[in-house]
Amino acid sequence: MTTDTAPKPSLWNRLAHPGQFVALTRSWLWPLTIVTAALFAVGLWFAFFNSPEDYQMGDTVRIMYIHVPTAWLSQFVYGIMAVSAIGSLVWRHPMADVSMKAAAPLGATFTALALFTGSLWGRPTWGTFWEWDGRMTSTLVLLLIYLGIVALWRAFDDQLRAARVIAVFTLVGAINIPIIKFSVDWWSTLHQPSSVFTMRGPHMPPSILTPLLVMAIAFTMLFLTLHLKAMHTEVARRRLMALQRQAAQTGASA
Amino acid sequence: MSAFAAVIARELRLSIRTGGDVLTLVLFFVMIGVVVPFAVGPDRDLLARLAPGVVWIAAFLSMLLGLDRLFRADHEDGTLILLRHADLPFSAIVAAKVIAHWIVSAVPLIVASPLLAVMLALDGAAFWRVVLSLLVGTPALAALGAIGAAVTVSIRRGGLIAPVLILPLAVPVLIFGVGAISTGPGPDLSGSALLFLAAISLITLALSPFAAALAISSGED
Repeated sequence: MTTDTAPKPSLWNRLAHPGQFVALTRSWLWPLTIVTAALFAVGLWFAFFNSPEDYQMGDTVRIMYIHVPTAWLSQFVYGIMAVSAIGSLVWRHPMADVSMKAAAPLGATFTALALFTGSLWGRPTWGTFWEWDGRMTSTLVLLLIYLGIVALWRAFDDQLRAARVIAVFTLVGAINIPIIKFSVDWWSTLHQPSSVFTMRGPHMPPSILTPLLVMAIAFTMLFLTLHLKAMHTEVARRRLMALQRQAAQTGASA
Repeated sequence: MSAFAAVIARELRLSIRTGGDVLTLVLFFVMIGVVVPFAVGPDRDLLARLAPGVVWIAAFLSMLLGLDRLFRADHEDGTLILLRHADLPFSAIVAAKVIAHWIVSAVPLIVASPLLAVMLALDGAAFWRVVLSLLVGTPALAALGAIGAAVTVSIRRGGLIAPVLILPLAVPVLIFGVGAISTGPGPDLSGSALLFLAAISLITLALSPFAAALAISSGED
């Protein structure tokens, strides 16, 4: 039921209404999907057929085109969650809650993928699936934080209340992640022989950098598409729960 | 008596009168030390090498497992609501509770740590480093734990989830805590590790009451 006399609300306020948000952004999904698919097609073609082998690592260097973008996303997604957390604490924006919730499993997945591809890559180049190296260890801790946040979301019954509490925790985690990163680096330089292969070699030639950038953008677009879809799903899930509650109440009173 | 001190005194009195908890915690702490030799064998050299890590893991686990009582009981009987409406800012009350929690759950562990040192074949110098690093590091565990307890206080079955949340955040405490004890094969960095540990303790102690208070007040309204 709309009133025509009311002033037209700003875009920000309209986005705060879950139904309006879905209506406004539903049409973005297909273009986003097509752009993502096209970028993946170009990026994978580059990665598999049009980039040179590494003179040391041979064909295994191609794992990098999956590994580096997922590792980048593992941190980018936490950034999205932290920004959403601020949005949900400061403005109590309902869609910030939904964005925060939808991002957590995606972030966990990308972090797990980064670790998995990293260990597949580590086997032929370092000769081991797992090395307690600074970056791997801090990525592992990041994965644990993601999983903790997912578990926290699932533990709450009331999702509206959950959002603000989890926002606080997400921000605490955001402050803590640099400290963890620093301490893990300190720890691994203390314990580790310095013979381990590091990626800080001579910087990459453009023939490797181009596919890497395309793949990074493709993965970022993939995240944005999945994130938007997950937000729509979350809105639908909440509406379903509200309807079920309503139905139960009318059933009880009838 | 100021309100701040009154909150601390109340917490201490509660834990003394309800008794058992503190003893159980110490028992748990010592038991981890007892169980480790069964797992890795009674070799004294090996035990001495593992001891700093074992003592810290024991302290870590006992402090995390004791978290739940920090706010839970007060939440259930409604005291937390009264405290939120007190004249004292709620974050100050949370800070008082963190201090009380540290006195109740960390100090007994430090007092009991000589037992572990004897059982794990630590020598005298290493033992004093253990005590020092526990003394400097456990406030950070209490402060981080307060955040975990605050976040999960309104979840009815939140007992296990707080440790799971806080464990990854407490990794730096563990790293520098053990770093302050064991010197390892390389250059001696235990002094700087102790300073880093102190820095982490101070930062978390300063920030966590605000975060925990915010989490509690947004969790229940």
